[in-house]
Amino acid sequence: MQVDPKRIGALLALVIALVTMVGGAATASAPRTAEGGAACALPQPIDDDVISILGRICDRRETPQAPVEGVSVTVEDSSGSVVGEGASEADGTFIIDLPGSSVENLGKTFTVQLDEGSLPEDTQPEVLQRKLSINLDTDQSVSFPIGAAGAADSGTAVQAAQLFVGGIVFSVLLAMAALGLSMIFGTTGLTNFSHGELVTFGAIAAYTFDQLPGTVQIGGLNATVVIAMIVAFVISGAFGWANDAALWRPLRRRGTGVIAMMIVSIGLSIFLRNVYQYFSGAGSRNYSQYSATQPWEIGPILFTPKELIVTLVGVAMLLLATSLLRFTRLGKATRAVADNPALSAATGINVEKVIAVVWIGGAALAGLSGALLGLTQGFDYQIGFKLLLLIFAAVVLGGLGTISGAIVGAFIIGLFTELSTLLVPAEFKFVGALLLLIAVLLVRPQGLLGKAQRIG
Amino acid sequence: MDFQNILSLSLAQGLGPTAIIYALAAIGLNVHFGYTGLLNFGQAGFMMVAGYAMVSFSTIWGLSLWIGVLVGLALTVVLALLLGVPTLRLRADYLAIVTIAAAEIIRQSIGAATLSEYFGGQDGLTGFIDPFRSLNPYTGRIGIDGLVTWSAFDFWVMTVGWTLVALCCLVVWLLMRSPWGRVLKSIREDENAVRSLGKNVYSYKMQSLMLGGLFGALAGFMTALRSASIGPSFFATDVTFFAYTVLLIGGAARVLGPVVGSMIFWFLISALGVFFAQATSGADPLIPASIMTSTQASLMRFIFLGLGLMLLMIFRPQGIFGDRRELAIDAH
Repeated sequence: MQVDPKRIGALLALVIALVTMVGGAATASAPRTAEGGAACALPQPIDDDVISILGRICDRRETPQAPVEGVSVTVEDSSGSVVGEGASEADGTFIIDLPGSSVENLGKTFTVQLDEGSLPEDTQPEVLQRKLSINLDTDQSVSFPIGAAGAADSGTAVQAAQLFVGGIVFSVLLAMAALGLSMIFGTTGLTNFSHGELVTFGAIAAYTFDQLPGTVQIGGLNATVVIAMIVAFVISGAFGWANDAALWRPLRRRGTGVIAMMIVSIGLSIFLRNVYQYFSGAGSRNYSQYSATQPWEIGPILFTPKELIVTLVGVAMLLLATSLLRFTRLGKATRAVADNPALSAATGINVEKVIAVVWIGGAALAGLSGALLGLTQGFDYQIGFKLLLLIFAAVVLGGLGTISGAIVGAFIIGLFTELSTLLVPAEFKFVGALLLLIAVLLVRPQGLLGKAQRIG
Repeated sequence: MDFQNILSLSLAQGLGPTAIIYALAAIGLNVHFGYTGLLNFGQAGFMMVAGYAMVSFSTIWGLSLWIGVLVGLALTVVLALLLGVPTLRLRADYLAIVTIAAAEIIRQSIGAATLSEYFGGQDGLTGFIDPFRSLNPYTGRIGIDGLVTWSAFDFWVMTVGWTLVALCCLVVWLLMRSPWGRVLKSIREDENAVRSLGKNVYSYKMQSLMLGGLFGALAGFMTALRSASIGPSFFATDVTFFAYTVLLIGGAARVLGPVVGSMIFWFLISALGVFFAQATSGADPLIPASIMTSTQASLMRFIFLGLGLMLLMIFRPQGIFGDRRELAIDAH
């Protein structure tokens, strides 16, 4: 187990800098939006059974921003047929309902397109079209800032920036899940196909707590969902311990081979996934709070406060986990076990205790990532299973069993999936990430940060 | 509780077209995992490539299904090459991850709306079955009255399917008692020993991957013919996992293991399904709706399946016919 402190430090510094920057910009821009007044605010999400696209077209050259009226807007589905039309009102806003119930639209991608001809003569939109992936059964906000003529080529850059922000949020969550998988693999040799179910467990645990009657008040504020996240973290850790104590430890004692354990984990995955569906149903679910939040606008980029907090919490957890692994006695012991279990046992390290701690920590991180993922985009009983291949991709890409590798791999995969939608349709974004995995294996089988050793 | 009904439906399933598909898929996995020790988790990908090749050649260009079959087999070999080149030199779990990823790449690409012009997107393709249906010699319902019967079309699929299964078993039996098969088995036991005897392990593994993939291709053809349609949802990741369960029930590294395993697997899955469906339906159900609704009842068989796979692997990894010493479950 080899951790390069410089690399990881640099990466985290980058992430923190980015988050601070984005956060700072958000605070800075907040008053401006407020000054824009009611005329140029995004419409409020409406809680009904139809997904609406809430949009706003504002001229950013004026202060406060001036609404642009009478621009025709069309919404197309992924096959290019028009499913909704509208025009901006006097306050620059438009609301277009998507056809069909919200459940039918989940997972689909729509393109919101401005009709360039209907814009006022001297203006140019910075973005002419935006792609929306419907992951959550709530209304979707889009913003089309209008600048001076000739500024239109910034469209791709704006879109890239928006995707980059989304990619960072996703990467942080992916990294939390990947770290656990990688550490469990490192210490026990188990390629755990039921790791995705640990992620789902966190989302369901948080949801169960959220659904309990009553609310948790802290200082007069309803903090139910916040507490639910903490509960998910703790219970997931306990679930990880139970996994290890009830199943994997006895199997290790019997001397079960790693491939047998891998197949057992497939059985466990099928079992748990169906148990989850048994109790929580097949539909997509959201927590009672924060499902529809008003996004901040940082220039042309939309960013919700929820996403910022999720990212910050995730980065904090990753920092905490990596520091614990680096600087504490137990962390050193963990890395020693990951490097060579037999030798560590011989030097007096209690290998079973280390493995138990890894399971608790790994499952807690995975569970929290599931709960936070559920917070950002809703969840269903197979959210973790759908994520599993990306987790594997991240871990193998970075180097199986390494700490920094899992995190770096997660960021590469997370950003790649989001940014690749600039060039290919959104439905291919996972395909691209998995192809990247295979390409890297061809060139560098041990992964980017893995030790060059015989793995054949 | 109508046990007659449970028995007859489960027999129909255990001997029917579904069992054939999984028997063929598991025969392929038997060559990979049982004989060579390769952990291919992407059998669904091989099935899908072949099935879609057969169907789309007929629906897009109006060509004969036979041409589609030949192209499907050729594409399967190409896929095996593409997967084998980056992974066969690596440890077993790398092959597992890459093959499962490849199967998902194939499934998401073929199911994409962008390509729906050719592959029908999530809805899949239909309208290719007539040439196959017109060859059907049977009419009416066929089987043993009062015990188990199938429709004429299903029985036609079964006739073709079981013939294929028998042929495949014969091929596997002949190959595995040949010197070639003995090399495969030795690779499973000790790769380095085989290498030291001057055999090209990489090349043998690649041939094994191709051969097993070809059996998977037959399973893909049968999937399309059985349903008279094809769609991405037929080839989910779980298909491969079920095929592994089938293989492990019967016993890996045994010629008839996958066949018996598939019959037992689908008999049990169907029996559990019908049992829980009956137990939760009617005016006064055996299991009250407060504990289990009929939707939940349909999940019980998969809960048992997951549990069964775990217990099988822990307590009897060699399945019914297998030999524990011949199982490649301790990675090198």
